[in-house]
Amino acid sequence: MMADLPSLYRQMLRIRRFEERCAELYSGERIRGFVHLYIGEEAVAVGVIDRLTPDDAIVATYREHGHALARGIAMDAVMSEMYGRTQGVSHGRGGSMHLFHAPSRFYGGNAIVAGGLPLAVGLALADRMQDRERVTACFFGEGAMAEGEFHESINLAALWRLPVLFVCENNLYAMGTALARSESETNLAVKAAAYEVPSWSCDGMDVEAMSHAAERAVALVRDSGGPVFLEARTFRFRAHSMYDPDRYREREEIERWRERDPITIASTRLIERGLMDQEALDAIDADVTSEVDAAVAAAEAGTDEDVADLERHVTSGGVRP
Amino acid sequence: MTVMPDVQVLSFRDAVREGIRDAMRRDERVFLMGEDVGRYGGGFGVSLGLLEEFGEERVRDTPLSESGFVGAGIGAALGGMRPIVEIMTVNFSLLALDQILNTAATLRHMSGGQFNVPLVIRMTTGAGRQLAAQHSHSLEGFYAHIPGLRVVSPATVEDGFGMLATALEDPDPVVIFEHGSLYNEKGELPQPAAPVDIDFARVRRGGDDLTLITHGGSLRLCLTAADQLAADGISAEVIDLRTLRPLDDQTVMASVARTHRAVVVDEGWRSVGMSAEVAARVAEECFYDLDAPVGRVASVEVPIPYPRHLEQAALPSVERVVAAAERAVGRRG
Ligand SMILES: Cc1ncc(C[n+]2csc(CCOP(=O)(O)OP(=O)(O)O)c2C)c(N)n1
Repeated sequence: MMADLPSLYRQMLRIRRFEERCAELYSGERIRGFVHLYIGEEAVAVGVIDRLTPDDAIVATYREHGHALARGIAMDAVMSEMYGRTQGVSHGRGGSMHLFHAPSRFYGGNAIVAGGLPLAVGLALADRMQDRERVTACFFGEGAMAEGEFHESINLAALWRLPVLFVCENNLYAMGTALARSESETNLAVKAAAYEVPSWSCDGMDVEAMSHAAERAVALVRDSGGPVFLEARTFRFRAHSMYDPDRYREREEIERWRERDPITIASTRLIERGLMDQEALDAIDADVTSEVDAAVAAAEAGTDEDVADLERHVTSGGVRP
Repeated sequence: MTVMPDVQVLSFRDAVREGIRDAMRRDERVFLMGEDVGRYGGGFGVSLGLLEEFGEERVRDTPLSESGFVGAGIGAALGGMRPIVEIMTVNFSLLALDQILNTAATLRHMSGGQFNVPLVIRMTTGAGRQLAAQHSHSLEGFYAHIPGLRVVSPATVEDGFGMLATALEDPDPVVIFEHGSLYNEKGELPQPAAPVDIDFARVRRGGDDLTLITHGGSLRLCLTAADQLAADGISAEVIDLRTLRPLDDQTVMASVARTHRAVVVDEGWRSVGMSAEVAARVAEECFYDLDAPVGRVASVEVPIPYPRHLEQAALPSVERVVAAAERAVGRRG
């Protein structure tokens, strides 16, 4: 069921404000490790996940805060995970890159580029073998399309006609490597189509365009029972991770893309259509900001796991190395 | 060999196949997937006939995509199925190492206990068939290094049949190594055939003077060595580790505490391998019980060569086991 523009806008803003706060907390050394911000790409996760049902599954990458929040995972639990607290969505064991949530069928959080794709194929295979009509949406960057696991996975999904929605978040750079420096065929939908998978591209900066493309894609996966490939053309406004000095992109390029900020596009449209005025937008912002404040407070107040439990969660049967 | 009425004699290959068949008959969720498991009948003939009985959905031929189908096995396990993924041989498993190590072994932990992966991976291991440097690895120790996996090494027909069912019950990933030289070996399967534990080592032959600790394809040569040693008045106990991770220290240490001498026999390379781990544990836990340094018989540090004489020289042999045992009991310098 498609949410209306105001609520899509709100979802994007939640992600934006959450991550802006993460960046501050990172500088303040409250959050550590690798942290990959999704700022600039929010329309993609929000547009696609809005089209999924609670029964569908999601497999994402290390750049998955936005997907987790869009899926409805509590912001407290996500922020607590950033802090490594036991109250975190992965009980603190995962951190930024490994958000997992069984009740919402959120399967990570995989920090190996393309590593989540085979898993998505398997989830869909299990659905097929048990006659369940569910979709598995798998998100990955364009960098993953050079990996063997991408090719193995899309071939398997096509060969066995499995209900996987492959969502490529093409932000044009894999760390510092521009698309044209890593792919012989830079039209990614053409590349995926070689596997006999219906494939197309859409504007990943416009949440409505994204939502419509996702609607069509999800419907096709459900109707055909087979895979679909969707390329979302997007851009990350921030560096690859908190470690990245971002030396490989021209400032003008970043500025050009910032003019197409998905949040500004949506808010402008809301005002133009008379759906909201500035006051209403400000109210949403205030609301979202207090949600972030509360999440930070919860994470700050959270508890660290007892070191005596270090060897937990390795196998089901306890410890006997 | 006298065949008792309540025992069936069959090959290790047939035993593994019967184990798979039995599991698939009992549980709809179980399916077999891998390269050439269907039409071809399995690279080593293990799954011959299963396609005809269970159909293409449940005996699923995959493309040459080790990472893809092992990962699909992980996903299917998460989705409620009980996949048996066959990797033709251990060398090819390296193309799926990402999925095995980075996903299957870590998911439970990094999800804080939310997602376990009830996946069984079977693969053929070992040398001795002149298959040269890329088809002769014994990487059991490699996999046994990884927390989050259970690693088992059946050496008998009974274990070839019975370990699979227990592995399928395990909520976590289990890797089963089948030594290529075992497939044609015949042995006894007690009837009715039943699942066996995948927790404990077993004493395969009792003895008092020293303990030979081994597993998988090397069990046979240890038993032969024990026969020869017996003729020489040396009584060797032979322990089959069976499960390489987690190791059953108790059975091993109880034996060594009694015999005061230990030799570890493993087909993996000597350095940083399975034999090193077992020897280190014996030294840690039985140091004051030992009357001699722990001995090791492992593969020589060379990619396994093609010519038969060189291959044989690289691998553990009855002669090398006997010599190590004699050194341990002070019969040799
Ligand atoms: C297999 C693998 N190789 C290298 C890396 C290091 N690495 C992390 S992210 C990244 C770039 C990936 O780019 P892309 O897939 O386009 O996704 P994005 O980060 O742009 O979202 C690289 C090279 C990795 N995590 N996994």
